[in-house]
Amino acid sequence: MTAITATGAPSQPPVTDRRARRRARELTGQAGWTVLGWVVGIAFFIPVLWMVLTAFKPESAAETWPPKFTFSPTLAEFRLVFSGFGPFIEHSAIATIGSTVLVIVLALPAAYALSIHPVKGWRDSLFFFISTKMLPVVAAIGPLYVIALKAHLLDSIWLLIILYAAMNLPLAIWMIRSFMLEVPTEMLEAARLDGAGRIREITEVIMPVVSPGLVSTALICVIFAWNELFLALNLTVTNAATMPMFLISSVPQEGLYIAHLSAAATVASVPVIIVGWIAQRSLVRGLSMGAIK
Amino acid sequence: MAGVRYVGASRVYAKGASPAVDALDLEIKDGEFMVLVGPSGSGKTTALRMLAGLEPLDGGRIEIAGRDISDVQPKDRDIAMVFQNYALYPSKTVAENMGFALKMQGVPKEERARRVREAARLLDLDDTMLDRKPKALSGGQRQRVAMGRAIVREPRVFLMDEPLSNLDAKLRVQTRSQIAELQRRLGITTVYVTHDQVEAMTMGNRVAVLAGGHLQQCDTPRQLYDNPVNQFVAGFIGSPAMNLQTVPLTEGGVRLAGTVIPLPTAVRTAASQAGLREIVLGIRPEHLHLANGSGPVAGEVILVEELGADALLHVRLAEDHNLVVARTEGRKPPAPGQQVTFNVQPDDVFAFHPETGARLAG
Repeated sequence: MTAITATGAPSQPPVTDRRARRRARELTGQAGWTVLGWVVGIAFFIPVLWMVLTAFKPESAAETWPPKFTFSPTLAEFRLVFSGFGPFIEHSAIATIGSTVLVIVLALPAAYALSIHPVKGWRDSLFFFISTKMLPVVAAIGPLYVIALKAHLLDSIWLLIILYAAMNLPLAIWMIRSFMLEVPTEMLEAARLDGAGRIREITEVIMPVVSPGLVSTALICVIFAWNELFLALNLTVTNAATMPMFLISSVPQEGLYIAHLSAAATVASVPVIIVGWIAQRSLVRGLSMGAIK
Repeated sequence: MAGVRYVGASRVYAKGASPAVDALDLEIKDGEFMVLVGPSGSGKTTALRMLAGLEPLDGGRIEIAGRDISDVQPKDRDIAMVFQNYALYPSKTVAENMGFALKMQGVPKEERARRVREAARLLDLDDTMLDRKPKALSGGQRQRVAMGRAIVREPRVFLMDEPLSNLDAKLRVQTRSQIAELQRRLGITTVYVTHDQVEAMTMGNRVAVLAGGHLQQCDTPRQLYDNPVNQFVAGFIGSPAMNLQTVPLTEGGVRLAGTVIPLPTAVRTAASQAGLREIVLGIRPEHLHLANGSGPVAGEVILVEELGADALLHVRLAEDHNLVVARTEGRKPPAPGQQVTFNVQPDDVFAFHPETGARLAG
């Protein structure tokens, strides 16, 4: 704060007056940002709200135009969803958790070898990992189908675990690598001098620093795996069909289905929202790692 | 207890580049506090890291207690290092930080706790602090924890890499004397790296001045100040720095500010043997004595820096128009713009070779 001394000249407004005006300007600026933030937030939230509201409507009230906001809520559609989603959510959970654990277990040493003690040609490996994401999945689905068929893995949960792990691994390696680069070199050197070997170095020194990053990486893998539809649709039928497949099966050939679909979609979103809620603090810390020194 | 010896130790970072440390020969006695000092890029930190085992040697060897440890793993060298940014483990408590090396050595838990408490007491870290995380400590406390982590190990050699540079000025001066005092008490051989020549002078039993990967001079602070072997050491040690000017040789001495400063015969002989027509003349600021009447060296005061006890006069010399700094008594310094004259004792001047920078024997 710089102190401004009023000169007493009549053209100069008193200090307090000017200060008050500056304060007012700051406040209006803040209010502007707040309003903008809320508008954007609500714009993103409206479709979700719409989905949840529709899920509680009777099918007859769901498709009216203009939309009705007064209706007698019903749990009929949810009852219908709960009666049929059991195996689907089970498959989704197994594929998601299985693939995410696999991703972290594989990405951690890979990221270590690409950051803390970079192997020869780490740049090429890093580019290779991300290049696998450049091919559209559609282009690979033919060969994937044939391989799955020959390996007797069609319509198997193992296939989804492997594919989802492969799908998320490049991103996870890139993310975890960038978190590991944040570990101060001196700390690793101190650990070396203190006599920590590779394992101790990772478990005692690196892991505590990157753990918020690991949580956010895992969460992103969970979301991607949970919401994946294309591979599940093409490579599974019943034994490994996942929640997104359940959503598709909620659309009947004829008749009204919007309320039923909304209820199913709401149920499908809940686990991701819960996981996200729990991981919120780590997520923010992880995603902003390195942003604040 | 152990001494340390660098024998022709070299480190080259990239092929074809000039060595960061070039054939360093340096002997550090058992229990000695040795300071490595130099400007950035002088190789002082590299030399320390070579001793720590964090940099491999590209030539020569390093010995601790007479044993070649060039290829020994850092953890087996029986050393402890204090890093510039402390490098504390953020997820561990202070006690865990300090005891980590012991834990790695498999020291039992009770023994570990005892040694940690002992080190904490040495450093005035109270018990409540031991359970805190580094994040909850002030800069000065973190510095002490980093020291504690080194002390707990009871190593044969302490390595310190600018451990005070992250502290504010007041705390730095205070911690400086504490570290020096602690080292005398523990009697553990210490190698201390700094770029601050005041730290070097005040802390070290001996100081090794490095520049460009070469050892310039290694001696006691007093000797470095009174008998620098070359122009670099003369200019680096001392604050404010020695006044160094290239001046022409004349009959019986050198010409400075329109007057002749006499030089000892030995210096004159050395200069004429080298076939020199001019030399670099060095005068410490406190050796420019403000003359009451008229002294031989005249000039005009440009700027006065008041330090309290002393004042520093920035003076433009007559004729040469070169700037020199003179230290004078602080009470009544001359004002800027005032004409002043100085007396210079012939014994107080240094003479250096203008090309090689070597001291001309005096």
